[in-house]
Amino acid sequence: MARLPRWIATHLAALRAVLVLTVITGVLYPLAVLAVAQIPGLDAKAEGSLLYDEDGNVVGSSLIGQSYTDADGEAVLAYFQSRPSMAAGEDGDYDPLVSGASNLGPENVVDALPDPALGWDGDENASKSLLTQVCERSYAIGEREGVDGSRPYCTDTGVGAVLGVFYSEGTTGEVTRVVSLNEPCDASPFLPEYEGVQVECAEYGADYAKAIITPIEGDAPAEPEVPADAVTASGSGLDPHISPEYAALQIPRIAAERGADESAVRALVDDATTGRFLGFMGEPAVNVVELNLALDGAYPRS
Amino acid sequence: MSETTAGVVFIAAMIAALAATYRPLGDHIFRVVTRERHNRVERGLYKAMGVRPDAEQRWTGYARSVLAFSALSLVLLYLLQRLQGSLPLGNGFGGVEPGLAWNTAVSFTTNTNWQAYSGESTMGIVVQAAGLSVQNFVSAAVGIAVAVALVRGFARKATDKLGNFWVDLTRVTLWVLLPIASVAAVALVAGGVVQNLADFTTAQTATGGDQTLTGGLIATQEAIKNLGTNGGGPFNANASHPFENPTSWTNFILVYLILCIPFSMPRVFGRMAGDDRQGYAIAAVMGVIAIVSTGLVVGFESFANGTVPQAVAAAMEGKEVRFGVADSGVFAAATTLTSTGSVNSFHDSFTSFGGGVLMLNMMLGEVAPGGVGAGLYGLLVLAVITVFIAGLMVGRTPEYLRKKIGAREIKLASLYFLVTPALLLIGLAASLAVPANLESMQDSGPHGLSEMVYAFASASNNNGSAFAGFGANTPWFNTVLGLCMLFGRLLPIVLVLALAGSLAKQRPVPATAGTFPTHKPLFVGMVVGVTIVLVALTFLPVLALGPLADGLQ
Repeated sequence: MARLPRWIATHLAALRAVLVLTVITGVLYPLAVLAVAQIPGLDAKAEGSLLYDEDGNVVGSSLIGQSYTDADGEAVLAYFQSRPSMAAGEDGDYDPLVSGASNLGPENVVDALPDPALGWDGDENASKSLLTQVCERSYAIGEREGVDGSRPYCTDTGVGAVLGVFYSEGTTGEVTRVVSLNEPCDASPFLPEYEGVQVECAEYGADYAKAIITPIEGDAPAEPEVPADAVTASGSGLDPHISPEYAALQIPRIAAERGADESAVRALVDDATTGRFLGFMGEPAVNVVELNLALDGAYPRS
Repeated sequence: MSETTAGVVFIAAMIAALAATYRPLGDHIFRVVTRERHNRVERGLYKAMGVRPDAEQRWTGYARSVLAFSALSLVLLYLLQRLQGSLPLGNGFGGVEPGLAWNTAVSFTTNTNWQAYSGESTMGIVVQAAGLSVQNFVSAAVGIAVAVALVRGFARKATDKLGNFWVDLTRVTLWVLLPIASVAAVALVAGGVVQNLADFTTAQTATGGDQTLTGGLIATQEAIKNLGTNGGGPFNANASHPFENPTSWTNFILVYLILCIPFSMPRVFGRMAGDDRQGYAIAAVMGVIAIVSTGLVVGFESFANGTVPQAVAAAMEGKEVRFGVADSGVFAAATTLTSTGSVNSFHDSFTSFGGGVLMLNMMLGEVAPGGVGAGLYGLLVLAVITVFIAGLMVGRTPEYLRKKIGAREIKLASLYFLVTPALLLIGLAASLAVPANLESMQDSGPHGLSEMVYAFASASNNNGSAFAGFGANTPWFNTVLGLCMLFGRLLPIVLVLALAGSLAKQRPVPATAGTFPTHKPLFVGMVVGVTIVLVALTFLPVLALGPLADGLQ
């Protein structure tokens, strides 16, 4: 056979190299590990740490969180509640087909208010800022668990306490006008006046682009009663854990709903809690999926 | 123990683990790439590939082979995705649409692994294992091969031969990546990472709803995606997904996998150059930058500066309870200091300064310790620039490892350094000039600019992580970011190989009393200084408009 031109020979070698290495690293390697994963002890984990009921039906995975809400998205009070989730698919939150996070930044504090005629649900251009979402969740949880839901930078109506301040020289000078950006008219603003200027409610469609965004800290405690993990969405949207603090906050409600002793519920929480591995890796966490299954086993819902 | 203390112990344990494997792993890689004889397995594979293992290549031949291999990888990965609908084990997904298939093929063959796709809803088992995972192996092996070729340029004398690319590629894949990935994959399964051929399992949840659980060959992909500093995962949520990273100790393993080869490459360099102290000096440069940067990220995240973090009382948005804030910060630092880009928490929601340090890590050129291979050759180029500057100060012809750094060498090194800033800043400026592109910013104000800066830093440096709120899936950004990935990978490789070729030709000059010692703390300090000064001068303006303005509001 005549010698091939060099550039063709090089590409032919490259093609054969890709194919040979595909067989080794793309077929043999995963299948070999798959074979090892069939060893008893590893096999259940390789299958996805599935949880079964007494009839052998899959009821979830101990690694994948679930949302304990009814068809309308309202919390089912007899269950420990999971963290907020951004993995919202056809089956509601905690959908493993759409894992993911909010990706909203630390200064995402101004809502895109909805057209008053359409409302939050009807106007697809409307969106709540991360700050307002945090405030809203905090007050809702505070009300559910009977504790103070207030947080810094939140109004007591549960939206982000953010003013748009207009200055006479653009970014400096006298304050000329102040708008509470997350409170649509005709709400009365959380602050009556700022720097001696009366605070207005936010008019839908008005252009506040020239205002300086000014979050107002307020006098809520810096360490709120509703824990951090309860008001933030996880990275995966599938976090199976909550913090021990959030679990503790829910114990009285669960005990009342289930007709159980708080101490008995606390014992179940302790069983579902893992500490730091070797004392320093990660954070203590309560597995909500396992906890709620144990709860159903010990105190079935009537 | 407070969370911050636990985080500090986590970092200390990681340093101990990396220090313990520095010599054995580095020595192992050294033996693999320098062994004279080919064993029977290797000879069989060379035969199947149709290459002659004993024919050493000049830098041009080596570069041609790298480019041909990357081109064929790209084409085959593109076709595999497009043909998914006609393949078995596709989870019922059809062919991947052309724009996305192109973007994914480019990003995986360039070791970037920018994840434009959502794995659980587009990529079936065959594409994940035989396409994406394969590129996770071989693009990593290419990086190590190129680094080894550059070191040969320093170590050899009066030759134009740099080794054989096909031999380096095969051996690194077979004897370095494959064994470590296999052991790690089994360990990950023990932690709960799934490894099966199931597509979906439907669960009846406690409140009567349905939940669709995903399956797949996840553990094997997870191991190599981190070991090869690739980062592209099987799921959209990447390593924050409990099926990829289920426990606090699998998290430790993943961070270790990301860092172990890049931090051992200086050992390979030292052994091949015949002076272990040169390796320690390079490792020290990497270590100093990495420790400072990791400390800053963990510090900023723990301090939780910013409106929303203060309202929450912790920077918990986008982070998982089982990892906590500190270990999420360590992972984020490791993934941006290398070219990995896998994430266990979402960087867009990090505090402004914490996210700013992550950007800075990538802008440093990912040299501390950098991607597998890519980190070493990047840092050696900076070392060349450093001896050049040191030579200017004393008025001597600069030398590094007894090779003269002449006009040709310094031109190649400077061009290498300029590639990524040019791609990043020109791409960013051109994008900002088109008004429609501003709609891709999810957040308004400085954070919106940060999102776009992060996207270009990530693509140009082949990182692959993102401020994921950024809407990069537009024709403009798919094209421009794709070009940044392609040029950001291949141009530096060609320049490095050219540098290697020109160094290998030289005869070493004798060391004299006036030779600047490149294994002492003074040199380590100078390389750190040069790295930081060069990057600060290049990127400070854009950082001031993005993360700094965001955090100082």
